[in-house]
Amino acid sequence: MTALALRQDGPGTETAPGPRRRLFGLVVALVVLVVLLVLSVMIGSTAIAPSVVWDALFHSSADIDQFAIRDFRLPRTIAGLVVGVALGLSGALIQSLTRNPLADPGVLGVHAGASFAVTAAVGLLGVRDAQGYMWFAFGGALIVTLLVLALGSTRQGSSPVVMVLAGVCVGAVLGGAREALQLTNPDAFDAMRYWNAGSIVGRPLEVVWPILPYFAVALILAFAVSGPLNALALGDELAVAQGVRVVRTRVLAVIALTLLAGGATAIAGPIGFVGLMVPHVARWIVGPHQRWIFAYSILLAPSLLLVSDILGRVVMRPAEIPVGVVTAFVGGPVLVALVRRKKASGL
Amino acid sequence: MSTRIPQVDFGRRVLVLRRRRIAVRLQWRSVVVCAVLAVAVAGTAVLALMTGSYPLSPGQVLSALTGRETGIVHDIVVEWRLPRVAAALVFGAALGVSGAVFQSLLRNPLADPGIIGFSHGSYTGALIVILVVNGTYVQLVGGALLGGMATAVAVYVLAYRRGAQGFRLIIVGIGVSAMLGSLNTWLILMADLDQAMSAAAWGAGSLNGVSWDQVVIGGACIAVLLLLAGMLSRPMRQMELGDDAAASQGVRVWPARLGLILVGVALTATVTAASGPIAFISLVTPQIARRLARTAGITLAPAAFVGALLCLASDYLAQHVAPTPLPVGIITVVLGGGYLGYLLFTEARRRL
Repeated sequence: MTALALRQDGPGTETAPGPRRRLFGLVVALVVLVVLLVLSVMIGSTAIAPSVVWDALFHSSADIDQFAIRDFRLPRTIAGLVVGVALGLSGALIQSLTRNPLADPGVLGVHAGASFAVTAAVGLLGVRDAQGYMWFAFGGALIVTLLVLALGSTRQGSSPVVMVLAGVCVGAVLGGAREALQLTNPDAFDAMRYWNAGSIVGRPLEVVWPILPYFAVALILAFAVSGPLNALALGDELAVAQGVRVVRTRVLAVIALTLLAGGATAIAGPIGFVGLMVPHVARWIVGPHQRWIFAYSILLAPSLLLVSDILGRVVMRPAEIPVGVVTAFVGGPVLVALVRRKKASGL
Repeated sequence: MSTRIPQVDFGRRVLVLRRRRIAVRLQWRSVVVCAVLAVAVAGTAVLALMTGSYPLSPGQVLSALTGRETGIVHDIVVEWRLPRVAAALVFGAALGVSGAVFQSLLRNPLADPGIIGFSHGSYTGALIVILVVNGTYVQLVGGALLGGMATAVAVYVLAYRRGAQGFRLIIVGIGVSAMLGSLNTWLILMADLDQAMSAAAWGAGSLNGVSWDQVVIGGACIAVLLLLAGMLSRPMRQMELGDDAAASQGVRVWPARLGLILVGVALTATVTAASGPIAFISLVTPQIARRLARTAGITLAPAAFVGALLCLASDYLAQHVAPTPLPVGIITVVLGGGYLGYLLFTEARRRL
């Protein structure tokens, strides 16, 4: 499969760098991510020295700074890392699955579906623990994904515009319904207020752990279908001719996408545009090769999320801006730039 | 100029009203549809005036409206319930016409001041006035107008690339909306709680706080704008044929287009300033109106009536049918979004 996949990005596509350069880039991305993880723990309403961070992790004491790190900044950073990975990979998956360079779980309404389902679970069914509403997030994400895929595909194949419009409209309807639910149900409103802004603050690690196994499954699925997705980029007929089982590939990709987007929403609320921007950056670096795009997205997306989160902490110190607000503010211009490019970067 | 005009068979019955130098050509079916819609609007309005925690009979409402009631019934109908109903009517009509103008100009059934980022821009302008300047209602209108205009221009310029293509316009609108939306969230976060609460209530698109002042000022602006829109409706229809064809028929294309854009934007901005962004009415209305009146293109008068009816009915649903009173914007989002989905499912599937 690898040999086949490699041959596809040969002639005619943008100059694809060799495996060594790709690997080097991957290492650089990893280093950047690690630096950002450390910065995310250090920077905040008060800056904490690296030595204190080190002590807090390995020689714990009752120091107030150590307390701040262990109870607030570390969970936040871990949540940022996990959510970032999920958002980046889900964006890369949905873009290659729909063959639509403008696809993003946020733009296509998947986040809205998950957050509506969670709000309904909290408001109407009285679910309060993360374990419970996680499943609603998965369900909501799955239903919206299927709905948007169905609405967006015409008889001649899928059309990026119709799909984006379908996503925006499904998102708007579910957003309105969610708002109505919240306004009629003050309990739910109170429980969901912070969650809906799209933020990684105050998410206890108990919310993150139960979702990790599902992310692991999704990760494995995503890499398993990355080869067939490369072939699918050529069109269904050619993919079939190359021995790809189209339906199975799509189903697996949708499952992985649902787990990732639903899980990310269950942890952090709707955070848009990370899944839109990161796969494009990855594609500029490595060319049209899904496995490398996935790998880069996994490293770049949490970096972007952490940078946005750090910015959100610093800009209005001591007040904070939710990370979802920052990513939307950065992501809007990126979307505009993408449609203005002569040819949206091919998949 | 001779006054005799040769009779042309347009394939449908046409009503021509002539009075000295002014002649108005009306399509018979449109007139009937508008009349039926007007009756429906009046019925809904009376229903809305009757319903509430103090129920009234239709007779009481009618006599209160004609000034034959005094005391509590008069106060309830005229002072409490009528401003809201009047606002729903006027604002709905304005939104309908604004949507019709945009869809005709962009020749795209999906164009909508909301979708191309306009509502978010108005909201940003209004927020800045509410939170930063702490201004009056007139300043609020100005802020919303300015914000909306600036956004509309920005979206148009950003989407312009050898012609503003409909698709690019919509995607750029989505991007700009997302940015402005996050800017709005940020502005609300910066404000203190009281101001933030009032701004947030405004942002959901609600007719709750509408007073007679707002209805009168907004209504006057809207009346003038609707008149302008009516005067521009003929060039608008001709420009649907394409700029060249319209120019060859004697339409001055650029002034007409600029005028139409200004009128469309100003209509939405006036409504947004008074009630916050009420989503999707301007998107849905022209299409419903076109189907009801079976006109070839988009026409303004049926759109105005459909818009008024939709807004009034949505507000009735939001206030009286929902378990707790909701902002009307939430109902219109759900209704309009559902309709947009249906539109995509049937029409866009065939055409795009």
